[in-house]
Amino acid sequence: MYGKGLRALSISTVAVMTAALALVFFYAPLEAEQGFLQKIFYVHVPLAIVALGGFVAGGIMAIQHLRTRDPRWDMRSYVAIHMGLIFGLGALITGSIWAKGSWGHWWVWDEPTLVSFLIVFLLYATYQPLRFAIEDPERQARYASVFAVTAGAFVPLNFIAVRMSTAYVHPRVLGGTSNLPGPMALTFAVSLIAIALLYVTLYKYELTAKHARAQLRALRRRLLGEDAAARPVRRGRSAAPASLHPAAMMTARARAEDGI
Amino acid sequence: MRHTVGALLRKELLVEIRTLESVPGMSLFALTTFVVFHFALNRNVVEGDLAAGILWVTLLFAAILGVNRLFVADAEEGGFDGFLLAPVDRTAMLVAKALTLLLYMLVLELVAVPAFALLLLGPPLGQALPGLIAVLALADVGVAAIGTLVAALAVQTRARDLFGPLLALPLLVPIVIGAARASSPVLAGAHHGGPPARWMLTLGLYDLVFGLIAYALFDFLLED
Amino acid sequence: MPAAAREGALELAGLSRHYGEREALGGVSLSLQKGQTLVVFGPNGAGKTTLLRVLATLLRPHAGSVRVLGSELPREAWAVRARLGLLGHEPLLYRQLTARENLRYHARLHGVDERRVEELLELVAMDGRSSEPLRTLSRGMVQRVAVARAVLHDPELLLLDEPHANLDPAAVELVAPLIGAGGDPGGRRTRVICSHDPSRGLAEADLVLGLRGGRQALLREARDVRLEEIEELYR
Repeated sequence: MYGKGLRALSISTVAVMTAALALVFFYAPLEAEQGFLQKIFYVHVPLAIVALGGFVAGGIMAIQHLRTRDPRWDMRSYVAIHMGLIFGLGALITGSIWAKGSWGHWWVWDEPTLVSFLIVFLLYATYQPLRFAIEDPERQARYASVFAVTAGAFVPLNFIAVRMSTAYVHPRVLGGTSNLPGPMALTFAVSLIAIALLYVTLYKYELTAKHARAQLRALRRRLLGEDAAARPVRRGRSAAPASLHPAAMMTARARAEDGI
Repeated sequence: MRHTVGALLRKELLVEIRTLESVPGMSLFALTTFVVFHFALNRNVVEGDLAAGILWVTLLFAAILGVNRLFVADAEEGGFDGFLLAPVDRTAMLVAKALTLLLYMLVLELVAVPAFALLLLGPPLGQALPGLIAVLALADVGVAAIGTLVAALAVQTRARDLFGPLLALPLLVPIVIGAARASSPVLAGAHHGGPPARWMLTLGLYDLVFGLIAYALFDFLLED
Repeated sequence: MPAAAREGALELAGLSRHYGEREALGGVSLSLQKGQTLVVFGPNGAGKTTLLRVLATLLRPHAGSVRVLGSELPREAWAVRARLGLLGHEPLLYRQLTARENLRYHARLHGVDERRVEELLELVAMDGRSSEPLRTLSRGMVQRVAVARAVLHDPELLLLDEPHANLDPAAVELVAPLIGAGGDPGGRRTRVICSHDPSRGLAEADLVLGLRGGRQALLREARDVRLEEIEELYR
């Protein structure tokens, strides 16, 4: 159920990424002032946009989890935010490289998108430690969802607030994607699609892997009893939600009692 | 609902008066921080942007102290269960706790603002006071709403004193932005304009949105 | 006895609750009439406290159905809270406040007149020490105040988790009328008691439930249960 379509998705992702890379290196014109380094813009901005999209998606999935109490929504929310964090880290690093290339500093406060992104990143960096610090699995999932919704609402509000605070100080560079000339705009659009596809693919991969692991645990539990399943399949603790279908697992156990 | 909030509020204030765990600590912390700022910045007087910044950073960190202690008594002494067993609207706890935090902030500011005027602020506070009070009021509401939500989240974690600030500070950044920008012209030497309407509006809207979010989500933190 | 008076106090069917992947309660089913006393036995970790907390509406059932005093949980939990009282391991009192302040707080939450607070303070013989913070009192005294808290609003259903812990024999006698079944058959209080004392527990029970590993190991009317069967649970 989770693994379907993964191959087609991966292939299309690779295809679009190749196209994007081709466009970036061979089609998009060199920008006058910043030169070759400016091309990192085609990676940095899509990474940031997709990461933020992932965070907001995580928030929406968290709402569903709170409404339905279905642990699958919690799993999806976790993976969305987890992926968002990884892409966000990429956005920060590429943003820093770009800043160094364009303005000579590894960090600039004048770029409100970058600054608000840092704040959002710092907030979401507490998501996994927060989950890790709550023992009770149901409570952990519920609290994580509350956090995800709050943080998801925070993303746009924070962006607006930071943008307002730097609006009259320095001209913004990043906001004007509508001002991009044709070839740059096309390259940017394709890059955005490529990064978005990469996100979705990696998201599905992680979700499938987690689902498989959860099913494995359930199977071990059913066949070998409570103690065997208590031994972790993988060493060390993880902040990720471990069980997907507690109700299903319980009826599975009941069936096992009757049948075997 | 009002009745329940009243009962909760009475209990909160009674416990605080008995233990004096929050307010004295917050106030003392603010005073000490002003002294630290004097030495750290090597300044005798500040005004405008710098004054607003110092004041708001200090108030914010002092508020975090209050946030950390907000639900501790309930978590440790079975106060949640006692409340959850009662036939009352559970959101009353959010309202009561937020009002409590708001009250703590007001007492904190009664101490910290005059101290700030005395120790560090260059321009006289007199004319600036009404504007500053308006900014304080708006910012406090936001701190109370977000602080209560974060406190309820953090109290159930293993390192609750750590998660309070970690969660609260990013969420409070827009309030710091709004409050600092709004009070900066108020605390400036020459021109005593009122706080800029733009920032007051921003603060107000942020308060409203997060107040609603806290209201919608709080129940999920209480139930099991 | 007319049918209405024999309305079930508890109707559990397949009640289950898990803690992560571990099963805390697995398919508990029973029926308890009003005025009857259910005593739950079982070793530590068997799920007794979990069961009690589910009945107290503090925990939601994860599977199965639960009806307490006619209200289905968790959907109608709000409707039944006023009618039940819980005395658990924790006294649910603030140690910095006095007995009177604690009870008044609970009275306000439950919409109970303050005079009842004074009444109960007398009944648990705490009226003399009612103005001292609880942290200065002994555990036995705190437990007495906890009993007062549990019955403050005169609940129809009492949920007791080892109620005699921390109480000396004199105190046990003192609180007996408060947490006892009381009254004639028509006006008796329904109770669910978790007990570690097989003989005393059996003596008070109408219905006996034995839990082991969250599962129902024994469910029978008290008169049909022998002491050895209860002791078997703990082995």
